[in-house]
Amino acid sequence: MPIDLPFIWAGIIAFAVLAYVILDGFDLGVGILFPLFPEKHDRDQMMNSVAPVWDGNETWLVLGGGGLLAVFPLAYATILPALYAPLILMLLGLIFRGVAFEYRWRTKRAEYLWNWAFAGGSTLAALCQGIALGALVQGIPVADRAYSGGWWDWLTPFSLATGVALVIGYALLGATWLVMKTTGHLAARARHFAFFLAFATVGAMGIFSLWTPWLKPLYLERWFGYPTMIFSVIVPLLVLACLYLIVTGLKRGHDARPFLAALGLFVLGYAGIGISFYPYIVPTSLTIWQAAAPDDSLAFLLVGAVILVPMILGYTAYAYWVFRGKINPEEGYH
Amino acid sequence: MFENFDAEILARIQFAFTVSFHIIFPAFSIGLASYLAVLEGLYIWKKDKIYLELFDFWKIIFAVAFGMGVVSGIVMSYQFGTNWSVFSDKAGPVIGPLMGYEVLTAFFLEAGFLGVMLFGRSRVGLGLHFFATLMVAFGTLISATWILSVNSWMQTPAGFAMNDVGQFVPVDWWAIVFNPSFPYRLTHMVIAAYLTTAFVVGAVGAWHLIKGTAPRRAGTMFSMAMWMAAIVAPIQIFVGDMHGLNTLEHQPTKIMAMEGHFDSHPEGAPLILFGIPNETEKRVDYAIEIPKLSSLILKHDLNAPLDGLDAVPDALEPPVTIVFWSFRVMVALGFAMLGVGLFSLWCRWRGTLYENQGLHRMAVVMGPSGFVAVLAGWITTEVGRQPYTVYGHLMTADSLSPIAAPAVAASLISFIIVYFVVFGAGTFYILRLMGRLPRDPLEPLDEGPIRTSGITPASQPGHGGKHAH
Ligand code: HDD
Ligand code: HEM
Ligand code: HEM
Repeated sequence: MPIDLPFIWAGIIAFAVLAYVILDGFDLGVGILFPLFPEKHDRDQMMNSVAPVWDGNETWLVLGGGGLLAVFPLAYATILPALYAPLILMLLGLIFRGVAFEYRWRTKRAEYLWNWAFAGGSTLAALCQGIALGALVQGIPVADRAYSGGWWDWLTPFSLATGVALVIGYALLGATWLVMKTTGHLAARARHFAFFLAFATVGAMGIFSLWTPWLKPLYLERWFGYPTMIFSVIVPLLVLACLYLIVTGLKRGHDARPFLAALGLFVLGYAGIGISFYPYIVPTSLTIWQAAAPDDSLAFLLVGAVILVPMILGYTAYAYWVFRGKINPEEGYH
Repeated sequence: MFENFDAEILARIQFAFTVSFHIIFPAFSIGLASYLAVLEGLYIWKKDKIYLELFDFWKIIFAVAFGMGVVSGIVMSYQFGTNWSVFSDKAGPVIGPLMGYEVLTAFFLEAGFLGVMLFGRSRVGLGLHFFATLMVAFGTLISATWILSVNSWMQTPAGFAMNDVGQFVPVDWWAIVFNPSFPYRLTHMVIAAYLTTAFVVGAVGAWHLIKGTAPRRAGTMFSMAMWMAAIVAPIQIFVGDMHGLNTLEHQPTKIMAMEGHFDSHPEGAPLILFGIPNETEKRVDYAIEIPKLSSLILKHDLNAPLDGLDAVPDALEPPVTIVFWSFRVMVALGFAMLGVGLFSLWCRWRGTLYENQGLHRMAVVMGPSGFVAVLAGWITTEVGRQPYTVYGHLMTADSLSPIAAPAVAASLISFIIVYFVVFGAGTFYILRLMGRLPRDPLEPLDEGPIRTSGITPASQPGHGGKHAH
């Protein structure tokens, strides 16, 4: 049997997107929480806790996009036009928050503006990513190798709900990250917010799970048909277990456990979505094999990916290691 | 604002606008990353604190510029899909993997080590920190390599076949990556980035020499920059000439537009220095020309025949006026840079490099010249490729996403507003950072000891602004 390159690549792209969601998720989350921490000293620390790593986190988004163009060009060419407005808005949000990391330290007079840019940009980017996810799950019609739907198809109650849900989820990641990385009253406040956000996130996941199966017969069958329904039983239990770990971790003063358990929530939610629409990459119009580039393209890039992705993970881990531990409130990186 | 434009022209404007903003930052950060590596290397080698101070001074500026490069670049990588979806579907199998390699080999490398480079010197020690700086610099060069391979493939496509759904499919990766114009474009662009940085650094040094506040640091950066200009500007002119010959071979129409050759010249074509292209009448008005020189430059023979645009169907001609002018702007700036480089050599020889006010003023004025030349060069290249996206194979008009004009107009207007606000503010901060070189704690160059290792200014307050990294 020849190697199924599109299948391998679907796995790699899925991994890149997941890496993006959890890594940029927490630093977008820190931005989303900015308005809840009005003190300048707290904000400095919040920003410093992600400043050395945010660029690396965002690079996974470039890999997700660039990778899609390389290996599933047809998916790239149909999903992106279909989600034109939310994606452009997401990019604009990312611009504002990205430059805020540097600009905020370069001015006293306009610092408040870049605080808003950071918070607003992060929230807008998260919201748009959630909307894009919702719109993708709803399905994207394709005819003749092009998007064939209308320009406002992406805007539905469902996609708005997923948008809000993702903002809440990222905020949870951000709050638990702050619990892990900071000290004193800042950490205590983050702990307090994380507690509520954990319940809100799990609630949002519940709503999403009850809503999704009714969008398409495929999902209904996946959720309640054998054998995939095994997951429909196991996943909610694991979600509750994560919630339990977050809550007890927060209560008992653990630093890292709430963050790791929150990551667990994201992995579970992500797996759930993946199971719902595999093997489609553009639900329910194109499968991964229909959208894939020729094997020559897939093989050429796969050689590099096999060697380079582990190296990337290695030096990314090193960068996190260099900045490990609680950040010292007195030591401004800036 | 854009009511009368169709979706195609709007998408083209949007692409041109966003990529023009984007290229400004890499053009600067490719050169600056290498400069930072050189400074840190010199510090490690010569143990002279001055290099470390210059490093810290430029590092903050680099951080701001790099941040702008990253966010504007992310826009680029999504724009192929949002606005050029047919192009993405068709060319994706060939150019996608190259861009994938750019992400895997360059972007992660830069991003991974950037944090350490900016914030980690006290945590990892000087040796590892230098390694991080080198990786960032190396990353910027790898990035340029891949993306220029992509762009060159679109100019001079090679190594591909077409499949039954109309996609370009790879046949020979070596031929794709090393397509005919790639070596020239890569060399020309990397040198352009180095020159751009040299002129910015030189202008900042000259500015502070004129103000006289920090003669030793300002003098050091000025001198380094002027060496770069004097050595590299002539190389760039030479490489540019080779690049032109390569273009003549593979994209002759582009050269016709650059030269303003509306007519064929069977007995040696003139070099039109200046003039006003008149596209309706198909001639160059008020042309100042040197007979037969164009044939000499392009064919190395005074009487060699050269075809003009009359040999090309109108529908396949690029917009002549833009290409004609942008090319002249670039070349004029190239020679101006050469002039500054030569002048600086003369002053150096006379021993007045740090005093000659005329040279310093010139250097300040030429500070932005690299950016202008880079933009002019890219406009020549890209507009000259029209009406194709993949030269000779895929028309721009057939590359477009099926997005309605109002949507593109809305996104274009948002980009214009946001870019001017955000990158305008960034430019302002960078200029302000450049203006702050606290009073030089070291002795001026000609008086006192050159080696100043005891009196280090590490505790100097306000160094590089309030929030020195
Ligand atoms: C990877 C490919 C690539 C790269 C590296 C660049 N471009 Fe490009 N450019 C395109 C791919 C492209 C394109 C997608 O192919 C466009 C869009 C429409 C078109 O005709 O070509 C284009 C159009 C385009 C236009 C409009 C031409 C016209 O419509 O008449 C301009 C002025 C530029 N670009 C400028 C630049 C600059 C300043 C660049 C420096 C970074 C640059 N391009 C790099
Ligand atoms: C249309 C074409 C282009 C696309 C799609 C593109 C894409 C990108 C992206 C996504 C980033 C951000 C990477 C990160 O997250 O760290 C970036 C940054 C960068 N790009 Fe581009 N780019 C294009 C053109 C160019 C060109 C022509 C050059 C140089 C010759 C270049 C050189 C760089 C460099 C050196 C960086 C690092 C950031 C910086 O130095 O400012 N890019 N680009
Ligand atoms: C005076 C000497 C120069 C000559 C003869 C020259 C020649 C050329 C030619 C023929 C092209 C178009 C190639 C094509 O599209 O096929 C080009 C493009 C370009 N030039 Fe120049 N150039 C000169 C100076 C400069 C300078 C001083 C800079 C910047 C500092 C510069 C930056 C660029 C850039 C960025 C491009 C577009 C990328 C590329 O195609 O390489 N050039 N140049």
